[in-house]
Amino acid sequence: MLKKPVYMDNHATTRVDSRVLDAMLPYFTEKYGNAASRNHSFGWEAEEAVDHSRNQIAALIGAKSKEIIFTSGATESDNLAIKGVVEFYKDKGNHVVSCVTEHKAVLDSCRALERAGKATVTYLPVDKYGMVDPDAVRRAITDKTVLITIMWANNEIGTIHPIAEIGKIAKEKGVIFHCDAVQAIGKVPVDVEKAGIDLASISAHKIYGPKGVGALYVRSKGPRVRLTPQMDGGGHERGMRSGTLNVTGIVGLGAACEIAAKEMPEEARRLIELRSQLQAGLFERLDEIYVNGHPTERLPGNLNVSFAYVEGESLLMGINDIAVSSGSACTSATLEPSYVIRALGIDDELAHSSIRFGLGRFNTLEEVDYVTERVSKEVKRLREMSPLYEMAKEGIDLKSVSWKS
Amino acid sequence: MAYSDKVIEHYNNPRNVGSFAKDEPNVGTGVVGAPECGDVMKLQLKISELGVIEDARFKTFGCGSAIASSSYVTELVKGKHIDEAMAIRNTVIVQELNLPPVKIHCSVLAEDAIKAAITDWKNRKASAASPAGRAAQG
Repeated sequence: MLKKPVYMDNHATTRVDSRVLDAMLPYFTEKYGNAASRNHSFGWEAEEAVDHSRNQIAALIGAKSKEIIFTSGATESDNLAIKGVVEFYKDKGNHVVSCVTEHKAVLDSCRALERAGKATVTYLPVDKYGMVDPDAVRRAITDKTVLITIMWANNEIGTIHPIAEIGKIAKEKGVIFHCDAVQAIGKVPVDVEKAGIDLASISAHKIYGPKGVGALYVRSKGPRVRLTPQMDGGGHERGMRSGTLNVTGIVGLGAACEIAAKEMPEEARRLIELRSQLQAGLFERLDEIYVNGHPTERLPGNLNVSFAYVEGESLLMGINDIAVSSGSACTSATLEPSYVIRALGIDDELAHSSIRFGLGRFNTLEEVDYVTERVSKEVKRLREMSPLYEMAKEGIDLKSVSWKS
Repeated sequence: MAYSDKVIEHYNNPRNVGSFAKDEPNVGTGVVGAPECGDVMKLQLKISELGVIEDARFKTFGCGSAIASSSYVTELVKGKHIDEAMAIRNTVIVQELNLPPVKIHCSVLAEDAIKAAITDWKNRKASAASPAGRAAQG
């Protein structure tokens, strides 16, 4: 029996895997020591757990365990990486290369630096699939560039950037390369050595771990990356991030990484299958629907679709027993449709019509079938109600209409 | 964001969805909004010689609140004289549907749709009465 509501918003967050929870539980009530307590067994026990987690994370991304710095999550990791590098290397330069489809944590960190007069930032455009051109990265680099910050995979459209190529350019030019790898880690193979990444942001709750904990990979050699800390305090995490370690969360993040490392190939295969099924089912039942993002270079669980002539929020309302998200303006207070979808150069009307399906570890084929039917039915109902669909069927080119708004 | 019960009710059971033939002489059509803004409302009113709104149809591309606003308006205007309908303010819609501040533009659009449909009806009537209009009709 299908359990409702169906959760298909795994880019936003994921359910904690019960194996992760089991690993965490003793650290709430029995092993509750402070990892910084050096003089009793409670502290040692906690420190041991934290070190174990560092090993688990490092193993997943091809890093050394001492290169893992724990944070409160990826937003903090992005802030620390971007502001930390720009502030530390201020004598070397003040230019940052980023991209228009980055996560807000990256874009707003960049904007804060610009506002403070600490950096100038180049925001590279993307192609119609949401991919950045490595040559554009190369061309954007100046003798003042201290940092490149480009995500591994986009959280809305799932497009995977040519990260290894960008990493190679960064090495050639001697520029530090930060990668927000939140959506990619644990979903697709990520190797910081092969990809030439110097800093990588990691989040636990996107990989079936708990919320409120994340990590930043900081390269220790070739080059040794330095950061200005963004929080003052006891000098934890090699002085880069003060604050008592969230031991339970850290244990959860480590466990989540170990499971991901083990199950990734099988899980990715299964998610691609589910996604193909969902995509094919929707295309069979509906005309005038479009996939946003890259046809092949995309996250296994991601499907972003625009349903022409139907506004995204009204569709979400109609499928209220299915949790997905929309690039529609109306889901935000800004009344602007998703900046990521707009960056692809598609019409605003289609941007308003986009829905992101995020498949994950706990989704089933039965759920995919249900979602396919439910969404198709609702799109048809809303199209019957849509003046745009009517006009399009009458052969009116919507672009030729002068709209009074 | 949670929707009010009334918005949900109109969204699930929209009243008077559909279209009248545009060339029917007693039909006024108003299309307001723009696709790039995420809202387009089409409101059609069937208006008697005496200026009484006898029937209404709508089609809306937009969020649930926009659909509910237009659905409600079709009920609201039926039986009203056009002068009365022209005086309907968006605040009536906001109150009836409990629209939150970010959705007030939906009610404004619905108010505009009423005005646009009635104006269209008046224009068509005027042009039908003029010799050029009569020639076109005949």
